[in-house]
Parts: sequence; structure tokens; C-alpha cells
Amino acid sequence: MAVTKDEVYKKVQTALVDALGVDEEEVTPQATMVGDLGAESIDFLDIVFKLEKAFGIEIPRKELSPEDILTNADFVKDGKVTPAGIAELKQRMPFVDFTKFEANPQVREFSNLLTVGDLCRYVESKIGAA
Amino acid sequence: MRWFWIDRFTEFERGRRAVAIKCVALSEEQFDGYSPGFPVMSGSLIIEGMAQTAGILIGEMEGFSQRVVLAKIGKAIFHRPVTPGDLLRYEASITDVKGDGALASVNGFVGDELVAEVELMFAFLDERFPSGPLFEPVDFVAMLRAFHMYDVGRTADGEPLELPPFYAEAERVAQASYDPIPSPVKAGGSRT
Repeated sequence: MAVTKDEVYKKVQTALVDALGVDEEEVTPQATMVGDLGAESIDFLDIVFKLEKAFGIEIPRKELSPEDILTNADFVKDGKVTPAGIAELKQRMPFVDFTKFEANPQVREFSNLLTVGDLCRYVESKIGAA
Repeated sequence: MRWFWIDRFTEFERGRRAVAIKCVALSEEQFDGYSPGFPVMSGSLIIEGMAQTAGILIGEMEGFSQRVVLAKIGKAIFHRPVTPGDLLRYEASITDVKGDGALASVNGFVGDELVAEVELMFAFLDERFPSGPLFEPVDFVAMLRAFHMYDVGRTADGEPLELPPFYAEAERVAQASYDPIPSPVKAGGSRT
């Protein structure tokens, strides 16, 4: 039986409450991982461990942390991601809404882009949620 | 004082589990200023010993070629104070391993009594950090030998653990250059 989107959301919420020590109410689809929930880089490793276990999936590092694109001179110029870089990011992370980022594509802004909703969409794409 | 918070391994199975003991003595510096009048081992030092047990277990999987660091403590429960005279036993199991980190679960016992339960996350430092050993290889081998790791260690197939080639070579070179007789005595030649 396919897992529903609601079930995905609940499990993601539990993983984030455990990993980040935040309250359930704080974990909303719009909440950003870094800005709103205070996730640090090491927390992402913890979150990946928890999501892999909760959903029985494998999460390759590059799929959630496109550092290779953000540090590639072909895709970054003067601290900003180039249109080619944004195209690359969109292809790698189709579950992320890049509208805001495109308006001001500073590399340092990228870390605060990912939301809880993005993470749920990512998991849904991995398990084919209904 | 050296930063050893385990005394020796009593069991060690590559990539799976390790058991280490820590004899808690009143003479240890840790009791000097901490909780005067009520000598108790701090939870953070218990966690350090657990992290040394699990960290060495994880590092050994790849022949100590990776830099393994304690990154996060997921859970830490202490059931009762640990005091001088206690013989702590840390039982560590690896619960998950990925390309960039590993999880371990460690229980602390005194006799049969469970005194602490801790979950630890380790990260493998990536290319952003300098690579290579964190310690002088010979010192590191001496520490592992002092921990009796290669006396009790076994591979998954039950074979005795062996030093990774890089460390075995460092130990061989050090032993070959070791001179137990001080040179003035040897030069004098009068003592036989």
C-alpha cells in the first residue's frame, strides 16, 4: 500500500523534532530548515540517518547538499549562482521552489532555502507517495 | 593525565560491537573539584569513554584511515551516579553507517546494573579538512595496544584483528630504532 503524503509529513516531522529538539508546532511545511528550525550542517547528517530509517530509503549526499554545484566555478560568479548553475540546481533538486532564490541567487542564501515542505516532497519522490 | 577514558577493551568485533571497561578510582583528577564531598563521575566523562569505545570501533572498520569525530549526542540517560570503586563497562554497537558518518548505541553497566544509555553520531571529516592521521602513528598504535584491542579483537569471521599496514610499518620502524641500552654505557663497554 502506498504511503500517503500525510504519513510522509508525520514521519518527517518526528525526525525533525528528534534531530533538532524543536516542538512539533514549529515544524510547518513553510518552515525553513536553517532559519526557522535552527538546523546546522551536522544536523543534516542526523536527519538523513533518521529519514533513511523511517522510510527505508537511501539518500545520497548530493541530493540534499549540492555543494559540488555551489563551489563549481562554472556555476558561480562573484558569489552568485549563474543561470546555468540555477538550471543545474533545479535539475538536481526538483522538489525545491527556486522562485525566491532566483531573484537574489547569492550562494550564501542557498543554505536557508530548504523548507520542511521541500523535504517532504523529496521523500515523496523517493517512495512514490500517493 | 592523559585523555584516556577507557582502560581496556574486553571484546571487539570489527564493524559490529565492542566492550570496554573503565575502573573508576578516587585518586583520579576528575574528582578534585567536581561535586566536592560527593565524589561522582560526571556524565560528560562517561560519554567521553563511550565515544572512545564506539569511535575506535568505527575507525577500525576502515583501518583508521578516516578522521572520525563525535558530532552529536542523540540521547543520554543516566540512571544512577557512578562513584569511585565502580567498574564501568561500556557496551557499544554500531547501528548505522553511511559514507559520511555512523551511528552507535552505547550502554554503560556496573555489574549487571544499567547505569547509562547513550546514542552517538559520528561524522567522517571530508575533503574540506586536512586528511591523514590525527596522531603520531606510533603513539596511536601504542594506545591501541595498551587498550588490549589487538589481544581481544576479532574480524567478522572470527579471525584475530591485525594492525593496518600503515600502522604496522610505523611500529616496525619504531621498534627497529629502539635502543634499550643508553649509549654512554654501551660506549664504555665496562658493564657486561
